[in-house]
Amino acid sequence: MEPEKIVFCKGGGCTAKLGPGALSRVLEKLPKTYDPNLLIGYDSSDDGAVYRLTDDLAIVQTLDFFPPMVEDPYIFGQIAAANALSDIYAMGGEVKTALNIVCFPEAMDLNILGQILQGGSEKVREAGGVLVGGHSIADQDVKYGLSVTGVIHPGKVFANNGCQEGDVLLLTKPLGVGIVCTASRVGEASSKAMELAIRSMTTLNKYASEIVKKYRTHGCTDVTGFGFLVHLCEMLGGTYSALIESESIPFIPECPDYVEEFYLTAAGQRNRNHVEDQVQFMGCSFAIEEILYDAQTSGGLLASMAEEDGKKALEELKGLGLPCNIVGKVVKRGEKTVTVR
Amino acid sequence: MRLDERGKQCPLPVIDAKKALEKAEEGTVVEVVVDNEIAVQNLKKLAAHKGLESTSQKVNDREFIVGIKASKKGEAAKSAASSFRSGDGTAKEEPNSPNETGNKGGGAGEAQAVLEENGAAGISCQPDTRDKGMTVVLSSGQMGQGDEALGKLLMKGFLYALTQQDKLPGTVLLYNGGARLSCEGSDSLGDLKELEAQGVEILTCGTCLNHYGLGDKLAVGSVTNMYEIVERMTEAKKIVQP
Repeated sequence: MEPEKIVFCKGGGCTAKLGPGALSRVLEKLPKTYDPNLLIGYDSSDDGAVYRLTDDLAIVQTLDFFPPMVEDPYIFGQIAAANALSDIYAMGGEVKTALNIVCFPEAMDLNILGQILQGGSEKVREAGGVLVGGHSIADQDVKYGLSVTGVIHPGKVFANNGCQEGDVLLLTKPLGVGIVCTASRVGEASSKAMELAIRSMTTLNKYASEIVKKYRTHGCTDVTGFGFLVHLCEMLGGTYSALIESESIPFIPECPDYVEEFYLTAAGQRNRNHVEDQVQFMGCSFAIEEILYDAQTSGGLLASMAEEDGKKALEELKGLGLPCNIVGKVVKRGEKTVTVR
Repeated sequence: MRLDERGKQCPLPVIDAKKALEKAEEGTVVEVVVDNEIAVQNLKKLAAHKGLESTSQKVNDREFIVGIKASKKGEAAKSAASSFRSGDGTAKEEPNSPNETGNKGGGAGEAQAVLEENGAAGISCQPDTRDKGMTVVLSSGQMGQGDEALGKLLMKGFLYALTQQDKLPGTVLLYNGGARLSCEGSDSLGDLKELEAQGVEILTCGTCLNHYGLGDKLAVGSVTNMYEIVERMTEAKKIVQP
């Protein structure tokens, strides 16, 4: 079994995403189809697509899959599913159906695949959805994820770029899971750090979404492979700037140690390359910079809402048991898109 | 000391480099060979964060060499611990620094001196490999006549192979269809930039850029005119035209 373990996890999760710069260059060359019922497509760098069927019903569609970032196939299945389902929650939708996407080596033990799918199906059920099928192909490396369809009221979609000046920014999960998984891959993560990372990655954003939905949420996205800062820059959309308080950022406590050991991914560096011109750090440690650029797998929601709402929502979010906080606020457009102090 | 980290994913090249630097004698240049730009950036980030001198060199698209000069033994680990204190307040003693000497001063200045003495892997320190009498003329985006796709592929291969020669040309002239090769979107930009970095003059015909509507797309070298083109060709000892 030992050699298979090594093959199983090569450092995946959202760190395996293509870089944001490379991707947008390709996407902008594709011809765009105009359809008045397509409320959100890929051109607004949103999480999923929203298509209106009737005046009070729209479908939300999304798809996500990636290679393993943990050694345990069952936990990997849970994480991959939670991550794929998250896009529905980032739009404020409700999960209905899901299809498995599987790449699996022919020579590998099929029981491993069974455990991955079991983990995934449990998360779909927890989300209140039905697993209705899937597609699998033989491939050199393991990859797993879901294609998910949800429903939403067309008037109640969280845009990811709807924030308003004076809003507070709420982050519902700790950052740093990419760094911790990288440390784990070289055998250096503490069991405590890994335990928190896994608990965070396997937690559905369903619960956080249900809380922020109760308030006047102006904008919402989920923090995934592009890391906190790239997602935040997309959310501000060139209209506003944000002031982030480095002391308020929830992260897995062991991360600064791992940053100093340089357990850093290529994905984090790509994220830095993508938005570093738009970000200024004032007196922040190197560790905080890396944590803010770290690619997250199944990360939390980043929601923008009025200050009074934000404080109440935070109290409710704390009840979910994961580190979360108000990390900063939306301000008038300044020279830099994001200032971290 | 040289580490071949090609084929290894981040963070392994950085971690291996960091370990080597911690063990290395002061002044030793640890050369790390990697196969992508992001790994180069992560290695340079390591060096910058630890206050160490670094150089980088692109050999070709799949081979980059980063040289980092080791400081005092255990210094890398020490500076790590101290940066916590200045940072987010989660101060912690670095647990893995058995070689700690307690000597924190004198890092960067000495580093500079030693680096220059050793002539580490920087481009500027390489011997000039140009044959200034050789001019390469690219009058088309394709090599030879026949199938267009094949012609383009051959041209791409030609420019890559050119970067690998012991003797590089003094000048590369690009005109007519060849002008596209030095513009944004060209498959050969990396190779032309590599040549330019080695001191090769890359000159593209301005009339041709305007004709093809590429006036603002030139991505390597500079614009030239017919007088210069004629001059370079008549004065060349050898013209290579694929």
